[in-house]
Amino acid sequence: MLDKEVKRGSTEMLILALVEDRPRHGYEIAKLIEERSDGVLQFHPASLYPLLYRMEKRGLIKGTWIEKAGQRRRRYYKLMPEGKKALNEQRQTWSDFFAALDRVAKINPA
Amino acid sequence: MNPNWNHIVREHLAVLRLPPEREIEIVEEQALHLEATYEDALAAGSSEAEAEARAMRSYDWRLLECELSRAERPLAARLREQDLWRPDNYPRRRIRMETLWQDLRFGARSLMKQPSFIALAVLTLSLGIGANTAIFSVVNTVLLRPLPYKDAEQLVAVWEGRTQGNQVFSPAEFLDYQAQNQSFTEMAAYRSMYFTLTGQGEPEQLDGMIVSANFFSLLGVPAEHGHIFQPEDGRAGAPRVAVISHDFWRQRFGGASNVIGKALTLNGEPVTLIGVMPPGFQDTSQSIERQIWLNPHQVVPDWIPNSTVDLLSMRHTGYLQVIARLKHNGTLHQAQMDLDAVAARLQQQYPRPAGHGAHIISLQEQTVGNVRPTLLILLGAVSLVLLIACANVTSLMLARATERYREMAIRTALGASRWRIVRQLLVESLLMAGLGGAGGWLLAVWSERLIVASGLREIPRLNEMGLDYRVFAFTLIMSVLTGLVFGLAPALAAAKPDLNSALKEGSRSGPAGRNRLRQALVVAEVALALVVLIGAGLLVNSFARLLAVKPGFNPQHLLTMRIGLTNQQYSKSVDKKRFVTELNARLEAVPGVESVGIGDDLPVAGTGSSTTLKIQDQPAASPNDLVAVGLHVINPHYFDALGTRLLKGRVFTERDTAGAPSVFIINETLARRLWPNEDPLGKRVRYNSADPWGEIVGVVEDVKFDGLHLASTPHLFEPYQQNAWSFLVGAIRSPLDQKAVLAAAQREVKALDPNLAVSNVRMMEEVVAQSLATRRFTLLLFGLFAGLALLLATVGIYGVLTASVSQRTRELGIRIALGATARDVGRMIVGQGLKLVLSGIALGLVGALALQRMIEKLLFGVSPTDPLTYIAIASLLVGVALVACWIPARRATKVDPLVALRSE
Repeated sequence: MLDKEVKRGSTEMLILALVEDRPRHGYEIAKLIEERSDGVLQFHPASLYPLLYRMEKRGLIKGTWIEKAGQRRRRYYKLMPEGKKALNEQRQTWSDFFAALDRVAKINPA
Repeated sequence: MNPNWNHIVREHLAVLRLPPEREIEIVEEQALHLEATYEDALAAGSSEAEAEARAMRSYDWRLLECELSRAERPLAARLREQDLWRPDNYPRRRIRMETLWQDLRFGARSLMKQPSFIALAVLTLSLGIGANTAIFSVVNTVLLRPLPYKDAEQLVAVWEGRTQGNQVFSPAEFLDYQAQNQSFTEMAAYRSMYFTLTGQGEPEQLDGMIVSANFFSLLGVPAEHGHIFQPEDGRAGAPRVAVISHDFWRQRFGGASNVIGKALTLNGEPVTLIGVMPPGFQDTSQSIERQIWLNPHQVVPDWIPNSTVDLLSMRHTGYLQVIARLKHNGTLHQAQMDLDAVAARLQQQYPRPAGHGAHIISLQEQTVGNVRPTLLILLGAVSLVLLIACANVTSLMLARATERYREMAIRTALGASRWRIVRQLLVESLLMAGLGGAGGWLLAVWSERLIVASGLREIPRLNEMGLDYRVFAFTLIMSVLTGLVFGLAPALAAAKPDLNSALKEGSRSGPAGRNRLRQALVVAEVALALVVLIGAGLLVNSFARLLAVKPGFNPQHLLTMRIGLTNQQYSKSVDKKRFVTELNARLEAVPGVESVGIGDDLPVAGTGSSTTLKIQDQPAASPNDLVAVGLHVINPHYFDALGTRLLKGRVFTERDTAGAPSVFIINETLARRLWPNEDPLGKRVRYNSADPWGEIVGVVEDVKFDGLHLASTPHLFEPYQQNAWSFLVGAIRSPLDQKAVLAAAQREVKALDPNLAVSNVRMMEEVVAQSLATRRFTLLLFGLFAGLALLLATVGIYGVLTASVSQRTRELGIRIALGATARDVGRMIVGQGLKLVLSGIALGLVGALALQRMIEKLLFGVSPTDPLTYIAIASLLVGVALVACWIPARRATKVDPLVALRSE
């Protein structure tokens, strides 16, 4: 139960964090997660997009088709206030969680 | 060249059936992702094939389908595609319920859009289903439900005689069969009898029976208060005890609980009341509401109360009716074989003419066998009415389907499967049928009350009427079947739209095949209606003929009553004769009384006794050659009072007394039978070998003693003064008010003997009407069904022609524009309608001829193929159909060509 919740919560947080500074499209999000985690976290598109649609339905992010010069139009997802709130909450939760892990098991990489 | 990613993605996601706009977005986004992966791979130096393979590998299509399905579509929608995705633990039944619920809601909404349509359809169905339920509830009560006794299927009636003629047993025979049979756990005998109750206010004549002591225990019905007869009540010399009916208890004793043990005076004899039967208890004769049952004096039910005859050795005079209970698992056939064996032994011991023995029939069959044909024919007729109603509603549904043609085409174009649309339309039909069934149930409840309230006793067991689970199941099945019958054809037709033509702008009408189906339905309706109408016509014709039968008496202004000379003081003939002479004189002296008839039996009632006649100098070759005659004892003015004509000779006079020579009067039929070419006057006959020969002094016209519908049988009349009976009937002819005559009669009877009761007071016209009650009931119902059939068929014709006119508005407009007159157009429409009606009539005639044998039993004096009835009914149908055609035809003539041509 915790596993599932933690996993879903963490993926949502990753996505929210990636679109925090600017809107990004799906491929870019997948790429960034893979790159920034050095390949440890891999996102299957079959899971990514449906998750994006669900988050969009919940009002955390919003997708918009944007056509840039010389490019095909793409769907960019930007963070909504609702998402910002959720991101902050999740950051706090994870930070507390890691602090706790560290205190117990000394796993803080820092 | 880049792969067509859009195409690849769309193919993979097609199964999801996403809303079109949403599908476009998702496909595009996934395609972009694949393309980006592909291009990255190319940039990293892969070949095109490798890049494509890599991009494809990056996608788990099955997972995407699942995830998208979850993210994009609501639960119910997902569940309908069962093969696509369903959690393993999701109950299948719940899925079906959700789907059904959705269909029901959609169906209800769609029906509510057309309230007048649904009102018409539901009304039609309610009438059809209601009439069927009502008749079925009668059939259920009368024919299907077991009789209200314990293990009623084991009960049988036993009759004397080898064949079906129901003869009664003599006491000695009954005791022999009771002792020797191996098949029955018990056998009981009974005989019906009138008792005069005195010493309790006004004397009252009671309908009663003397029964063997095991009668109630054999039926398995306990008493409501007190107890039923015990074995010791049947021993010789046991004191007289009585059990009374619930109704009599309430009416005579006000339902008092302390009646048990009370002494009653019946026929001047003390009787102790030991029990009250439960409400609604009926003994074996369903048509009489019995009030009292007495135990026998001498083991078997008495012949004449207090007679000194040794009943137990009486072997040749039968008067006992017998019922028995089969042993567990015993069959009628085995029991019959057993009785045959007993009969063979008895025949050796006490030789008798051929034809004696015993035969059995199940009590249920005996009780209701007579009305079975009537009820089944009614059920048949009413089911035809339901078929007509179905045809009508089918036609309405087809008309509606035509209007919804585009809706169905659009739904099909959007991907609805054919089964999906059929199912949706069927749910709508079933919903309507359900409403019709509910309406029908109400109608049935109402008619059930009406039938019970009518108090019709001529059809047995109607007093037990009630709607039970069987009737409910019947209504439910009828409704579902009806829904399927009228829903299937329109649903199948609607679910196969021709997309191209249907979706073209402005096209509103359905294909021609649908109109042909509606026309075929009208033909079928007319045919079915004709069958029911001909049935009703034949019954009306029969009834009219029955009313026209010459009854051999004049029922007008004739008051009839019953008087029982059952008290001790009338045990001698001479006392009875004196009473009758005095009563006769007193009644004739009442001002306004024209004539007074006193006898043992009245016409139509069919309660008389019979005997066999011997003729002097014409010895019968065998017992089978003896002439069976109805026997009546009458006073001199009996025929005057009845209004029966004397054809030859004379009527009895005051001089035909016990001391005078024996004399007889015979009826026409007997005269024709015995002396077709001779004068019967002066011939000598007798029915009792111990009596002297008597002379025939008169011939009277045939009187219908056994019922108007039966052919006249031979009858023999004897002067009361030469053969006095205890049970009297009186017939007083007077133009005065019935009440005044009755009061006078009661006053005179009371003056003669205050302990005598006058009962069954009725006008003869009532008696005649009562004898026709079953036929009147059948006729009424059949007439009702025929009227309904005619109405429905007319509405059907009207509906189809009206729809046809509105669909052909353009064509009619062109015709009128091209010079067709209103008359031409009208004739064309009427012609179209008449063609259907005439085809229906032709088909219906064939059907009626094929079914004629079924109704034969209910007819009187009319052949089931009576051409006049057929012609009259067919003409009636054509006439009514013409009116139904004329209204749409008139509308057609009013078509304005300009408006018509502009309209489409």
